[in-house]
Amino acid sequence: MGVLVGKQTRVVVQGITGRDGKFHALQMKAYGTKVVAGVTPGKAGAKVDGIPVFNSVREAVEKTGANTSVVYVPSFAAADAVYEAADAGIGVIVCISEGIPTLDMVRLVDYLKQKKVRLIGPNCPGVITPGEAKVGIMPGSMHIPGPVGVVSRSGTLTYEVVYHLTKCGIGQSTCMGIGGDPIIGTNFIDALALFEADKQTKAVVLIGEIGGTDEEDAAAFIKKRVTKPVVAFIAGITAPPGKRMGHAGAIISGGTGTAKEKIEAFEAVGVPVAKTPAEISELVGEGLAKLARRVTKVPKRAMSARKKIAKKKTAKRSAPRKISKKSKTSVKKLDKKSR
Amino acid sequence: MKVHEYQAKQIFSRFGIPTQPGGVASTPEEARAIAERIGKRVVIKAQVHVGGRGKAGGVKFAPSPEEAYRVASEILSMSIKGLPVRKVLVGECLEVRSEYYLGIVIDRRSQKPVVMASAAGGVDIEEVARETPEKIHKLVVDPTRGLMAYQARELAYRIVPDPKLAGRTASVLKQLYDVFVSVDASLAEINPFVTTAAGEMIALDAKLNIDDNALDRRPEIAEMRDPTSESSEEARARGMGLSYVKLDGSIGCIVNGAGLAMATMDMIKYYGGEPANFLDIGGSSSPEKVTTAMDIILSDKNVKAILFNIFGGITRCDDVARGIVDTLKRMDVRVPIVVRLTGTNENLAREILGAVSVRSAATMDDGVKQAISLTRGCI
Repeated sequence: MGVLVGKQTRVVVQGITGRDGKFHALQMKAYGTKVVAGVTPGKAGAKVDGIPVFNSVREAVEKTGANTSVVYVPSFAAADAVYEAADAGIGVIVCISEGIPTLDMVRLVDYLKQKKVRLIGPNCPGVITPGEAKVGIMPGSMHIPGPVGVVSRSGTLTYEVVYHLTKCGIGQSTCMGIGGDPIIGTNFIDALALFEADKQTKAVVLIGEIGGTDEEDAAAFIKKRVTKPVVAFIAGITAPPGKRMGHAGAIISGGTGTAKEKIEAFEAVGVPVAKTPAEISELVGEGLAKLARRVTKVPKRAMSARKKIAKKKTAKRSAPRKISKKSKTSVKKLDKKSR
Repeated sequence: MKVHEYQAKQIFSRFGIPTQPGGVASTPEEARAIAERIGKRVVIKAQVHVGGRGKAGGVKFAPSPEEAYRVASEILSMSIKGLPVRKVLVGECLEVRSEYYLGIVIDRRSQKPVVMASAAGGVDIEEVARETPEKIHKLVVDPTRGLMAYQARELAYRIVPDPKLAGRTASVLKQLYDVFVSVDASLAEINPFVTTAAGEMIALDAKLNIDDNALDRRPEIAEMRDPTSESSEEARARGMGLSYVKLDGSIGCIVNGAGLAMATMDMIKYYGGEPANFLDIGGSSSPEKVTTAMDIILSDKNVKAILFNIFGGITRCDDVARGIVDTLKRMDVRVPIVVRLTGTNENLAREILGAVSVRSAATMDDGVKQAISLTRGCI
C-alpha cells in the first residue's frame, strides 16, 4: 500500500545517461524499484546496467509499460521533459530537477491539471514507499515500512525526521518530498487527501517551512477532511523577512508566510507542532498510541460511529484535539528542560 | 533579483508604458545636466534596494539645476539602511491629480499570475491589503491566454472613473503584463500610477523583481544586477552555488539542504543560542565548497563557533570532512568546530576528521547544544 508509488510502479528515468540520472537509476533499482526504461534523446538502443534506453517517453511506455517517470534532466529542459511524460500517458511524474523558471511552472501546472496527471516536485527528493519502491534520491536504507505518511517541502530535513522515526521503530507508509519551489505540482492538501484515503497510513507528519500559505490551507483542510492524527513541523522561525532561504519558495514577503502564522494555524485546529525534528517522533508515537487505545477500548462505538454520519463527524473533530492536549504538556516539559 | 527603479523604467518604456522625462546620474554634475535638460522643477530619488527610502531622506525636490546639484551630492553621499547610494534618478516634477496602484505577482495559491489594481495608490499597498482588502481589485490570469484586453478594461473601469483615462489605464495594464512575461518577473508594480494636471497618465515609480531561476535565459536582465546591493560574502557564496544569509548571532552554521539549514538555526535559537547565518552548501558538495563556506563564515567577526550539520544523501560526508581538514591546514582557524555527520560515507568521514581537532556530535540536538556551550565559554 502507501500512496503514489508501490509494487505496481514501473519507472522510466528521464535523463538516464546523465551523471545524476544514471547514479540514481541504479540506486532505485538496487532498492528493488522496477526501473523498466530510460530516456535520453539520441541514445536509443543503449543500456544502463541492463535498463533499455529510448529516444522518447512515448516509445518507452509502448515497449515497457512504464507508468511512472522520474526526471533528472537539467533545469532548462525539465519542463519539456514533464510535458513529454504527460503526453505519453504517464500518470505519476516525479521531477527532481531544480531551477525551472516559475512562469514555465505556472503554465505546466495548469496543463497537468487539465490532463489529470500527478506531478511531484520540482526541486524535490521524490517519493518512497518503504519496502516497495523508491522513486527519487533519498537514502533508501533508513526507511522502514509502517503506518506514518510523511510529506515535506524539504529534502535533508525529511531525512532527519525519517531517521528519528525509524530509530524509534516507527515505520513509514510513504514519504513524499513535494519540493521547495513556489509553484509545485502536488501541495500539502493533495498529499493529505492521498494519506487520508490510504489504508496503511494511520498518522501523518507534515514538514513545512516559511513562504506562501500552503501550510495554512493544509490546516483548514485537516479541520474539515482529515480524521487521522497529524503532527507538524515548521522550519524557518529564525528566518529574516525578505530573504530567500535557499529554496525559491522559502521567503517571507509582504509580511505573509511567517513560521509563526503557520504554527498558529496548525495549533488552532489541534495539530501539534514539534519544536525540534526529534520531537516529531515523540508526538507521532503519542498520536499512534492514542489511536491504538481508542481502537482497542471502544471498538463497538467506533463501529456504530461509522454507520452514523453525525457521530462520525464528532469523532473526526475529537481525534486531533486529544493529541493536542498531550502535545502541549510535552512541549512544556521540553521548555523546562531547556531552561 | 531586484532591479532598480531607473532600470525598471527603462524596460517599462520599451513596452510603451509612459514614464516621466528624466535620467539616471552617478555624480552631482550629471544630475545638474539632466535638470538643465528638463528645465523644470525636478525630483531626485536614491536608487537603492530598500523600502522606505523616502522616509530615510532618499527622495528630495530641487527647483533649479544648481539645487539639483546640491541635493544630488547630498543623496549620493548617503547610506540608506546600510546600503550606499551610488545612483540617483532625476525626473521632472509632475503635478499629480490622482494616484493608482497597478501590480502583477505570481499567486502561489491559484498558481497563476494575478493582476491587481487599486484607486488607493501612492501608499504602502501591503497596508491597504491588510486594512482594506476590498480596495484592491484582483484578476487571476489564465497563463496560456495571457491578460485579455477586455479583462484589462474591466479592471481599469473599476478604479478609474473617466472612460478615456480608464482606456489608457487598460493599455498600461496590458503592457505591464507583457513586461511581466517577457522578463520573467516575479513582481511588476507601478505605485503610484498617476494622472497629472496636464491630463497625462504616467508611471511615477516602478518596481520589478526577476525570477532567479530565469536569469540564465534573460542575460540582458541578469547584467542589471547591482553588485553593491548584496554583501561581498553573499556574492561570493552565490558564485560558488551556496545559499548564504547573514544574521547577527555567534554560531556559524554549515548545513546541506535549505530546510535542514533553517531547522538548525531554529534549534540554536530554541536551545538559547543565536545563529550567525543561514548557509546551505547544496546537494553535490565538494571539498572546495566547504572551504569557501568556512571562509565566508569566518569573515564574520561575531562568529564564536562553527556547527556543521550534514545529513548525507547525495552529499557525501567524506567530501565535507575533506573540506574541513583542507581548510584547517590552510587557514588559522581560532574558533571551535562542532561536526555532526550522518549518512553516506559517515564512517570514512570520521576517519578523515580523526586527524584534526574538531568536536564530533552524535545528533543534531547534541551538536547544537555543544556549539551553544562553546560560545558561552568564550564570553
